[in-house]
Amino acid sequence: MTATHTPPRSAGFGPAGPGLAGTTRRVTRPAIRWDLAIALATTVLFAVAAVWPQLVATHNPFAMDLPASLQPPSPAHWFGTDEAGRDLYSRVVYGTRESLGIGIGAALVSLSLAIVLGTLAALGGRVASAVVGWLLEVAFSFPALLLSLLLIAVLGPSALTQILAVGIGTAPGYARMVRGQILAAKDSAYVEAAVALGHSRGRILRRHILPNALRPLVAVFALSIGQSIVWASSLSFLGLGVAPPSPEWGALLDAGRAFITEAGWLTVIPGLVIVLLALTATTLGRHLQRFLEKGETA
Amino acid sequence: MTVVDHTPRVARDDAANGPHPRISIRDLSVSFATSAGDRRIIEGVSFDLHPGRCVAIVGESGSGKSVTARTIVGLSGRGARVEAGALELHGRDIRSLPERAWRRIRGREIGFILQDALVSLDPLRPVGAEVGETLRLHGWRDRSARRRKIAELLEAVGVPSPERRARQRSGELSGGLRQRALIASALALDPDVVIADEPTTALDVTVQAQVLQLLEASKRRGASIILISHDLSVVAQLADHVLVMRHGRVVEQGPAEQVFASPQDPYTRALIAAVPSEATRGRRLSPTQDDASPSETASGETDAAREREVVLEARGLVKRFRAADGSETLAVDEVSFALHRGETLGVVGESGSGKSTTGRLALALEPADAGEVSLLGEPWSAAPERKRRALRSRIAVVSQDPLSSFDPRWNVERILADALPRGIRAPAARAARIGELLAQVGLPDEVLARFPLRLSGGQRQRVSIARALASEPDVIVLDEAVSALDVTIQAQVLDLLVDLQARLGLGYLFISHDLGVIAHLSHRVLVMKDGRVVEEGTPDEIFHQPREPYTRELIASIPALPRGAAASREA
Repeated sequence: MTATHTPPRSAGFGPAGPGLAGTTRRVTRPAIRWDLAIALATTVLFAVAAVWPQLVATHNPFAMDLPASLQPPSPAHWFGTDEAGRDLYSRVVYGTRESLGIGIGAALVSLSLAIVLGTLAALGGRVASAVVGWLLEVAFSFPALLLSLLLIAVLGPSALTQILAVGIGTAPGYARMVRGQILAAKDSAYVEAAVALGHSRGRILRRHILPNALRPLVAVFALSIGQSIVWASSLSFLGLGVAPPSPEWGALLDAGRAFITEAGWLTVIPGLVIVLLALTATTLGRHLQRFLEKGETA
Repeated sequence: MTVVDHTPRVARDDAANGPHPRISIRDLSVSFATSAGDRRIIEGVSFDLHPGRCVAIVGESGSGKSVTARTIVGLSGRGARVEAGALELHGRDIRSLPERAWRRIRGREIGFILQDALVSLDPLRPVGAEVGETLRLHGWRDRSARRRKIAELLEAVGVPSPERRARQRSGELSGGLRQRALIASALALDPDVVIADEPTTALDVTVQAQVLQLLEASKRRGASIILISHDLSVVAQLADHVLVMRHGRVVEQGPAEQVFASPQDPYTRALIAAVPSEATRGRRLSPTQDDASPSETASGETDAAREREVVLEARGLVKRFRAADGSETLAVDEVSFALHRGETLGVVGESGSGKSTTGRLALALEPADAGEVSLLGEPWSAAPERKRRALRSRIAVVSQDPLSSFDPRWNVERILADALPRGIRAPAARAARIGELLAQVGLPDEVLARFPLRLSGGQRQRVSIARALASEPDVIVLDEAVSALDVTIQAQVLDLLVDLQARLGLGYLFISHDLGVIAHLSHRVLVMKDGRVVEEGTPDEIFHQPREPYTRELIASIPALPRGAAASREA
């Protein structure tokens, strides 16, 4: 019974000796983390584009210039032009606010719902836990896209509907996660230690269970922004999102679809931008997660 | 022929010692490359291993004993750099063997018994297949012959109904059976050399005794054994030659009798002195720097303690657990006890004896199915938790694994502050009380800002004890509180517990599987088996005149240090 307890942590870097507790653990990492640096740089770019699009855009995103329609990328039009001669680069820049807004909004909706439902399912007493738990199982087994389509069918396509649809569609998965986290915290030795100290249920919930269960969600939030943007874009691409003149990225994809053979950049470039944003959010989320895990030890 | 110290400076003639050593190591060093430069884990290890002999490497965690053992089978790990004046197996240089050659050596020439059978055995494969794997890899092609051999091997290591057991998976076996299966697979090809890395650490004392007998038997058949252990009394059972390692260096080595009877190095002496047993009652286990006067410990006070107030009393406790398949286990069966102020009640038993559940019932963390516990004469287990909360400050707990009992987001200061009674409001008063608690458990103020993960095992346990003291309780339930600690650290914590009891009049319900610790510390002892108290008495009665056969078996299984060692401790 001498095994010392080492909770699972993200693996350290550099070679670690076999079973040498505390000997080769504290290995410093290389000074620059390139993935993080790039992710931070693109975050700044996206933030600027969302807040002050006029600073980075080169053209008016809505100005039509029919003679210059469907031009491939060039020094004058970095991402080319669409069928109405609008500058695609500027449209992508102006679409950032809406796309990012939908992504963040949906992630907020999704996680708020998840926290409420997950907490209820974990701690709501016998009946509430059973009912919410059952609802979550049903919702989880229901494809998120179908759920979203259902909502749009009821509410009609708009940016707000998109936020709700994506948020509600992805909530059950996160709710299950929250439930698991809370249950794990509830059964932990430190909660039992708090009970043994004579602390009240409310105090234990506030001080131990919720903070420990919900902290991992900070990282999950960043991850889910990326995921939500992809989801929202696919809804727009299906024509179920924001209406066409809007430069929202999914809508750009949808608009470009008609010209996919003669003007492929109209779909490829917005697609790549979506991927870039999703990657950025994911990278930040991962680093945040690692940082938080370290934070509790350092 | 004896195994002698072959340091290069006393280069003796091997031929004079009869057969050549099976393993010969000179000046072995292992370092690991880290980004902060090379880190030397072991340095200058030399010894010879002769046929039918056992060399034991003793040391505490981080001493490099396991790395030494792994290096001998070419498993020192990734990034390891091995240097040696000589590293020979049967006179063959094994310093730079390719992996392919190692695979032929492992299993056939060197059997390796790992510490934890639960993680060393594949949970998805029948145990028989695990044992048979070694045979198959080394040329036992015929399936039915293999099956017979597996049954034979399992039988040889004392696995009952081996044919049936061979078909079970490791999760279905008890810890003892798993460890025996692992030993069977290590011994499958009758290797000349067996390396056993903490082979009995996770085992109950009676099972440990059986495993040691197995190793003894294979030694008698001519196998050479390298035994790695932190437990001096285990080593004393088997070893002919002992190396004591600390911080990667051999601080002392020599014939076992000599090392135990007249240890030369101060560390070896401290290590031997730190082993708690019946003989150490009333003595400090750890060396004290400041004063020579030993504090009053468990001994002598028994009668006085008896007359004192009963602080915790259990009457007819019963606890059943229902398994997933509906079957019931009786974890605690009609357990009664009374704990007096300032007294240590030792609860000893093997795994599954119900001792930990008894502790949880005493803490009212688990509802009892029958019977009741009273705390300071007031109803305790029967009261609703709302009522209990007011009394919770009177009883505290220290568990085996302090780390998991701390909120991972909190540093030591926050942990202790959280445990302070609500009466202390003023920040200055709280800080003063926290400082006092740290001083009581002998921790410096610097630890306040640290997180438990950054503390050593001993420091964590001290923090855990400080937290338990925060509300000035009357009773502390200590569940295997020192079991995860190295022996010298364990000695310090045991000394601390004895001091605190003398100063604060605490009642300890001290739960442990370790009979030595129980004997050292307890005023009275409960022996538990299968949920029942089989015997109760003073340590003197339990350890010298046990009435029950089970107690006798338990006492007989305790590996003891040789008599000489006990004598040398007085010096």
